[in-house]
Amino acid sequence: MLYLRPDRKQPQSKDWPALFAQQAATARHPLLQTYYRAGVVKPDTPLAEVPLLALDIETTGLNPRQDAIVSIGLVPFTLTRIRVSHSRYWVVRPQRPLKTRSIVVHGITHSEIASSPDLAAVLPDLLRALAGQVVVVHCRQIERQFFALALQRLWQEGIVFPVIDTMELEAQHVRTGIRDRIAHLFGRNRRSIRLAASRARYQLPAYRPHHALTDALATAELLQAQIAHRYDPQRPVAEFWR
Amino acid sequence: MDVELLEIAEHLRRFEPFDSLPEDLVRHIATQVDVAYYKAGSTILTFGDAIHEVYFVRSGAVEVFRRNGLLYNRLEEGALFGQMSLLMHNKVRFPAQALEDTLLYIIPEETFHQLCDEHEAFADYVELGDRARLRQAVSRAQQSNELMRTRISDLIGREPVSIDSSASVFAAAGKMTEEGVSSLLITAIAADPLPTGSVMGIITDRDLRTRFIAAGLPLDTPVAQIMSQDLITVEAQHLVFEAMLLMLRYNLHHLPVMRSGRAVGVIALSDLIRYESQNSLFVVAGILRAQSVDELTGLKEQVDASFIRMVNEDANSHMVGSAMSVFGRSVKQRLMELAQDELGKPPVPCCFLALGSMARDELLPGGDQDHALILDDSYDPARHDTYFKSLATFLADGLDACGYPYCKGGIMATNDQWRQPRSVWKDYFDRWISKPTNEAMLHSAIFFDLDGVWGQLEWVDELKEFIARRAQGSPRFLAALARHATRRTPPLGFFKDFVVEQDGKHKDSLDIKRRGTAPLAALIRVHALAVGSTAQNSFERLDDIAAAQVLPTGRTHALRDAMEFMSMIRLRHQAYNLQNGLEVDNKINPEELTPFDRRNLKDAFQALSNAQKFLKFRYQGGTATIKRT
Repeated sequence: MLYLRPDRKQPQSKDWPALFAQQAATARHPLLQTYYRAGVVKPDTPLAEVPLLALDIETTGLNPRQDAIVSIGLVPFTLTRIRVSHSRYWVVRPQRPLKTRSIVVHGITHSEIASSPDLAAVLPDLLRALAGQVVVVHCRQIERQFFALALQRLWQEGIVFPVIDTMELEAQHVRTGIRDRIAHLFGRNRRSIRLAASRARYQLPAYRPHHALTDALATAELLQAQIAHRYDPQRPVAEFWR
Repeated sequence: MDVELLEIAEHLRRFEPFDSLPEDLVRHIATQVDVAYYKAGSTILTFGDAIHEVYFVRSGAVEVFRRNGLLYNRLEEGALFGQMSLLMHNKVRFPAQALEDTLLYIIPEETFHQLCDEHEAFADYVELGDRARLRQAVSRAQQSNELMRTRISDLIGREPVSIDSSASVFAAAGKMTEEGVSSLLITAIAADPLPTGSVMGIITDRDLRTRFIAAGLPLDTPVAQIMSQDLITVEAQHLVFEAMLLMLRYNLHHLPVMRSGRAVGVIALSDLIRYESQNSLFVVAGILRAQSVDELTGLKEQVDASFIRMVNEDANSHMVGSAMSVFGRSVKQRLMELAQDELGKPPVPCCFLALGSMARDELLPGGDQDHALILDDSYDPARHDTYFKSLATFLADGLDACGYPYCKGGIMATNDQWRQPRSVWKDYFDRWISKPTNEAMLHSAIFFDLDGVWGQLEWVDELKEFIARRAQGSPRFLAALARHATRRTPPLGFFKDFVVEQDGKHKDSLDIKRRGTAPLAALIRVHALAVGSTAQNSFERLDDIAAAQVLPTGRTHALRDAMEFMSMIRLRHQAYNLQNGLEVDNKINPEELTPFDRRNLKDAFQALSNAQKFLKFRYQGGTATIKRT
């Protein structure tokens, strides 16, 4: 599970507006063109003013090359308010067969999926919801890779989007310092940066995990808490997105 | 598209008032909420801001404040706030702050109003939960308060641990350690004056520290030497709130519980604390610990806050009045001690008296400080009066600073007339009873409700006995008192409508104290004195009156309900005034009551009116028609 590990060194923040302008020109699919044309906020926008979108997906397994998306949850929010009332949730028929083992995790069953649309059918809605927003996830590699590969399979081109990763933010604070390095060196248990453990650090309540919408909400709450405790909400979004 | 978040719906459903709503509806509400996280210490609502939502505490804790910055309430998981501000012109009236890291579910205004309109239980909850206004009838209020429902017997976990009075302190401490108890009952042996095996006294952890170790006594000291005698006990079948009042009143931490004269357990302060979330016990502890008058003055806010909470928690009027009286009494006791730090010990024994509503355990916010001093008969004005005058001034000024205003009628120990030796006080009462002039009747309303606060408390008990004996045998006095008690009638018109003030500042309102609770207390006092009762509290007096069977069947019960209902309207009105920074008064506007309360209030006034007619009839012509056998 290589991609579960957070990046060791801080990656350079991309120039997302430029990247979007470039993608808008080169993307072939009209929905993607529309998506990129909506653009992103300027890199110097204070985080407090950025429209955010918490996103979580449940999948048939952990390998983006073999597994597929089963459900998607979206919760729009800002640093002061989480708009649960505007959240979106889709169960989709996965492009790959559903494994019994994953049913145990996310609780979505074969019969539920049988009556669900294909990912292709929800993509127009999904891309409209994503347009102009900065996506917030817990562990960005999963969402990014699954989306890119799913689109690759459908439209023969991937997708890129700016992401704020609450797991990375947590790692910056929890997995630093000499104690953590020693623990790591000697193979001891390091402090967990998984969603539930991270939330507990901010006295956020325990939610039942592995429901795409609940996890998206949980991620939005976590970002609000992290910023309230550790960051200045007036810092530019460029310092947070990857 | 509504997306269901079961996590939210299921949490809402665990709490009032959502637990009484249909499941589908709660799931719908869950789709409408927003969420926000507040770090500990951050501001959630600022006074005067526009507000269009109601807040539900999902996790953490929130403090809600009054406009003047005083803490009004502390809310935990499952509590709602903001609804009052929403109902009042969408302006924040109670600022709120996160006490801990807090997650809130936020319900939009439209959803909230729709719930209020369509679901009575929801509307009841949100209006009563915060509004604390004139609502709910007597019985429902009493059922809802756990202190009022739970019997002391429910708290007793184990048989009391006891030891013979002849045992040594060393043995007693060993037994306490072995049994893991913080108090030990001391039982009589054959050599004691009490029946063998009966409870003579109690020792506590604190006694061991203060009376034994600190005093440096030898280990074989008999336990009887350090025990507390003259035990204050409580009956197992009484309610928890009565135990709490006793502990407050006498500043006790352990209370032996009796059943048919036998000790069946001991309850500790800690057993009671969980029954009152915002504990009055802590307020009393704070008062008794205050190191200066300034510090004492600062506690007024806590006293007010405690009052508001008790009213909001639907405590009955007896409980609120008793607790407020205990606060007042504690302030008087502490002031007395602080005065002595400054002035030295009294040169002769004395007793500081509470009079009027505090003596009746019916004190409410804004009540006057009515008090007096009884001095020992060895008192010599030339040598001692300077001291007692300074003492009285210290007390009166201190009480005024603590929110107990000077008595407008001058019933204070600062007045020479009310700072007299025992023999003079006896003469006063004797004269008032034997020569019931108008002036005597005016005094009777205050001085015949009396209670010792500090010093030679037994003098007050003697006085009470004396008054009860003399008054009962003085029909002329009782008749005069009855006439005086019926001078003020309840504000009901010919057609049983309310009579309200026609103009002035309090236009359209009626004075519920002047025209309701005070005449009723006066009426109860006449009957109580007539049956020789030494009780001071109106409800306790009614118990004695009922036991003496001098009123027609059911009449004492009607008076009790009338008293409770009028008091409740008064309490809620005062709590509302306090909460909103208004002047605390007794002016009720009947139009602001619910139709249900208006009807009840008319009934209460009618009961008072009937009782006054009965009293007049009984004592007409100046001679009592009570046939005593």
